[in-house]
Amino acid sequence: MSHHSPVVVPAPGKTEWDGGVSPMNASYGKLMMWFFLLSDAFTFSALLITYGLVRSSHAAYDGAVESFVFSQTYWPIPEMVFNSLPFQEYLTQWFGWTHFPLIFVGIMTFILIMSSVTMVLAVEAGQRMDRRAVEKWMLWTLLGGICFLSCQAWEWSHFIHGAHAGQAVLENTSFFGANLVHNQYGPPDFADFFFFITGFHGFHVFSGVLLNFLIFYNTVTGVYDRRGSYEMVEKVGLYWHFVDLVWVFVFTFFYLV
Amino acid sequence: MAHSHSEENTITVLPPDKERIKKLWQVAGILGIITAFEFAVAFLVPHEWKDIRVWTFILMTIVKAAYIVGEFMHLRHETKVLMWSILIPIVFIVWMLVAFVYEGMAIAVVR
Repeated sequence: MSHHSPVVVPAPGKTEWDGGVSPMNASYGKLMMWFFLLSDAFTFSALLITYGLVRSSHAAYDGAVESFVFSQTYWPIPEMVFNSLPFQEYLTQWFGWTHFPLIFVGIMTFILIMSSVTMVLAVEAGQRMDRRAVEKWMLWTLLGGICFLSCQAWEWSHFIHGAHAGQAVLENTSFFGANLVHNQYGPPDFADFFFFITGFHGFHVFSGVLLNFLIFYNTVTGVYDRRGSYEMVEKVGLYWHFVDLVWVFVFTFFYLV
Repeated sequence: MAHSHSEENTITVLPPDKERIKKLWQVAGILGIITAFEFAVAFLVPHEWKDIRVWTFILMTIVKAAYIVGEFMHLRHETKVLMWSILIPIVFIVWMLVAFVYEGMAIAVVR
């Protein structure tokens, strides 16, 4: 440490490697959100791909759809499992309808797409420094997220308790609904993947709602006006759109295929 | 912070970008229509035509994903290097999907 040689620090921005340049033209926080989402995409893919592996290793039901019954020997047709609605007894009573395949999931998908639109409108408002508009659209987004979570709570509750005749798991017993070990609707793996995939997604929606609330709170209290930038809305917006994106894949591979 | 008060007073709110907002609602409409189309395929195309059903669903999902990532998440309008940094690693997911589903079908044969 006795000898000090002068260190020459080049001025930032002289070449690409001198620092001070943003080749991706995005802030640190936004880039990190993108790369976090990429890693999260890998996590969700691992779940969905494992679902694909296990499902394709089970026998598929190859009879007529009309005569489908639940069995442990083949993978169920999703539209035969998810065919209920809240308050459906009234629809049965008034119109005689009993089978509502994927209707509820369709409603959930619509809710999530709409909340994605309101989120991107909040981002647009933030870029114009329009606090009132950001507040409005964040409130709609929060409402959408809470509606989706409520729907999922009903869906889970219905799936767990079961509604139709149970499946004889042991001699002289019937099991209604599903848990991680027993499953009325088909092989136990089917219920396991339902719980893990929609649960992991639901957890993302839940944390998204928390983050959205934080953004809403900061907007109302003027944090972003004082900061002079609403970029936090964009970053959390990326997360919220990703949650919507994952649902698009869950909807296809879990409910439709 | 003393300077923050002066900043608060100089905020100029820009008028809404009508063109961009219209475009965003259009994207939402497209997503809705594609989902409705998926429902139509789910209930009108018989289950015996399994391959047609599955590939339609996969194709529609990719189109929806492209709209969400490209327009809502704005990736299509970012710099090319950012866009490809996100998109290229997805190749690994596609490869993993193909490999594992193929493996699953092989397990089904052995069972």
